Amino acid sequence: MKHIVKIMSFLVLMSAVWVGLLQASIVPQSYTWLLPLYSIVSLGCYGLLMVGVGLMQFPTCPQESLLLQKDIIEAKEFLKQRGVDVGSD
Amino acid sequence: MEEEKKKGKYMSIIIPTYNERLNIALIIYLVFKHLPSDVDFEVIVVDDGSPDGTQDIVKQLQQVYGEDRILLRARPKKLGLGTAYIHGLKHASGNFVVIMDADLSHHPKYLPNFIKKQMETGASIVTGTRYVKGGGVHGWNLMRKLTSRGANVLAHTLLWPGVSDLTGSFRLYQKSVLEDIISSCVSKGYVFQMEMIVRASRKGYHIEEVPITFVDRVYGSSKLGGSEIVEYLKGLVYLLLTT
Repeated sequence: MKHIVKIMSFLVLMSAVWVGLLQASIVPQSYTWLLPLYSIVSLGCYGLLMVGVGLMQFPTCPQESLLLQKDIIEAKEFLKQRGVDVGSD
Repeated sequence: MEEEKKKGKYMSIIIPTYNERLNIALIIYLVFKHLPSDVDFEVIVVDDGSPDGTQDIVKQLQQVYGEDRILLRARPKKLGLGTAYIHGLKHASGNFVVIMDADLSHHPKYLPNFIKKQMETGASIVTGTRYVKGGGVHGWNLMRKLTSRGANVLAHTLLWPGVSDLTGSFRLYQKSVLEDIISSCVSKGYVFQMEMIVRASRKGYHIEEVPITFVDRVYGSSKLGGSEIVEYLKGLVYLLLTT
């Protein structure tokens, strides 16, 4: 099943639940009407939270840059000796 | 007497290049340095007619490492990344294919980790991820990290891809798996990388991840502008609707 079909099915199910809630009046109607809005806002907040957390925990590797510079020097030495043109471009 | 059959190699490493005269030499040195000698591999350089003489450098490298270990399969002009992989695949004799960038953002020292992971798990695809512990990025400012993280969260919410790093392009594929997926991918640029891994995930291929470090372009600069963001969003919608 295509992914979009899965998502659409989920949304249709949620809509059916919502309409059902409206009709059954278990929860006060004024609250139920706003339920989709609350859900979207919650989803948005969750997304922002995930972005923030991810940003704080973003793995960095400053030492890799130094190691790479060392590798580059080593490579240039080796290749120059064997006739490969490694002059700067 | 047993007949000596010409065996295919274990691994082919495809590196597309455009104006990577210095980087291609450095990266080939590092590949040969970090792969153990018992791994039977070849490097396939797909150069798109670089005006800076990249192909001459590759020919010099062939003298050092052997023409059977370094294959130059050039194309007349810039024809795009996806077709570069397809072109390289045609000439690959390995059971496994690694794709990586030539600009030193992907370090060959992780190649043994890719191989080990594949052997341990029997995975169809091993993809490098920059976003887990043990991996990482260097050379990105806060704005860049924010964009990356935001893009990642959005993609995960919409696509449920099953991998932590969607746009990464340092990957090991079983050759048959790569051939299967690549034929159904039509996007360009990094959306192409996303499309490959999402389609693989949808098809149920076993995908494993290894942490890698990513040092942003040492020589030259890579920018992320408004048009890239628009392309990305368009790519996401495309993938949402067609995978």
